[in-house]
Amino acid sequence: MITDTNNWNTLFMLVRRDVLKTWRESADLLYPIMFFVLVTILFPFALSPETLVLRSFAGGLLWIAALLAMSVSLENLFKTDYSSGALEAIVLSGVPLLLVGLAKAIANWVLSGLPIIILAIPLALSLGIDTFSLSILLLSLTLGSVTISLIGTSIGALSVGLRSAGMLIIVLALPFFIPILIFGAVATSNSQTGLIPEAELYFLAGLLVLAVTLTPWATASAIRTRLG
Amino acid sequence: MFRFFYHYSSLRNFYFFSAKLTPFLIAVFLAFLIYSLYGALISAPADYQQGDSFRIIYVHVPSAWMSLLVYMAMGLSAVSVLVWRVKLAEITLGAIAPIGATFTLAALITGSIWGKPMWGTWWEWDARLTSELVLLFLYLGVIALLKAIDDRRTGARSASILCLIGIINIPIVHYSVEWWNTLHQGPTVSKFDSPSIHIDMLIPLLTMTVAFMLYFAIISLYRIRSAILVYDKETQWVKDLIKRNERGQI
Repeated sequence: MITDTNNWNTLFMLVRRDVLKTWRESADLLYPIMFFVLVTILFPFALSPETLVLRSFAGGLLWIAALLAMSVSLENLFKTDYSSGALEAIVLSGVPLLLVGLAKAIANWVLSGLPIIILAIPLALSLGIDTFSLSILLLSLTLGSVTISLIGTSIGALSVGLRSAGMLIIVLALPFFIPILIFGAVATSNSQTGLIPEAELYFLAGLLVLAVTLTPWATASAIRTRLG
Repeated sequence: MFRFFYHYSSLRNFYFFSAKLTPFLIAVFLAFLIYSLYGALISAPADYQQGDSFRIIYVHVPSAWMSLLVYMAMGLSAVSVLVWRVKLAEITLGAIAPIGATFTLAALITGSIWGKPMWGTWWEWDARLTSELVLLFLYLGVIALLKAIDDRRTGARSASILCLIGIINIPIVHYSVEWWNTLHQGPTVSKFDSPSIHIDMLIPLLTMTVAFMLYFAIISLYRIRSAILVYDKETQWVKDLIKRNERGQI
């Protein structure tokens, strides 16, 4: 079904629409990115300004900051579309909901995952990370952030239109992100101590494949439930 | 077969059927409980290393098993909700989630009490403790989502989806956390060919687990029946029941 060219077009249009809408209309794009940078710069204040200390925690704290920032971004994923009625219109238009779910996840990754990965470069260097570990950090963040977007979209879809949805989404989603955090942070810290982080990266890739296969169904079913 | 499920998944029939079943369950539960308490506290020998303090295993291990079992039961209800839209399953999901959360909490607390004399610490960031803690948050998530959605049917369907994502997540959390850190003593019972636990200690543990399951069945039937009354409060049979209750006929 998805190999149909028409569906690829639909997917592309849906992603494009979401990205452009956020880009042009609101500051929503900025919040997760600002949050990511702010959380990261809190750590030197709390722990120690010594590069030696910061370097050993760099992977973990960048991962925590990225995880929190991406969780914060999930609330806006469906909010405006739901309140303006656009989500209902999309559902009624007969577009497969599987594609809608996938498109939302891709849009979320483009709008929050990608900028976070790019910003992680200067932040990681300022925390004193070496080049090899930086490349592992970026690789693990890339694999992990896509999985986070996919799982997060399902959770976001479950809480569409609820009161205090933002906090609820974060609380519901964080337990699901723990495995990603473990493999991501361990991969980075292993690369810093000279161990080969291959296994953790494979696990992250495995989780990504699992999420790509399963979460669009959950998202589709959640949208149908919330609007049905 | 189908007729059987159809008959008993009707709320009214289930209400009266479970009312008849409950006294029988309570009797069997008490028998199992008394036998296992005797076995656990009196006839089982003290552990050669841990002394009498190992006896907390008779609460700790059944609670931990039940915490997983109840989640699996929730998963089954979730499938029934999503695939067949069974009303009874919707009610069951909401009724058993808090029980599962309580079992998880009991496993954590008893584990903590056991850990203090054995490991010298109340809490250790050990793999199995941590994944049990994550399980508690999965339960709380399902409960929170159920409470957040006003419409009961939509709420049950949403919580079912969350519950099923959680079921896929539990083994992933378990193995990833094990990858990360482990200190917990190895499983004592699951090695079927040669369990590293004495048979006199093992039998009360297994019967205690059966007692826990029966307890779970009794409490969940009670909760489901109360929920059925609320769910069906506008129907004639519940109104009749209330009238008969007021006249003191029950």
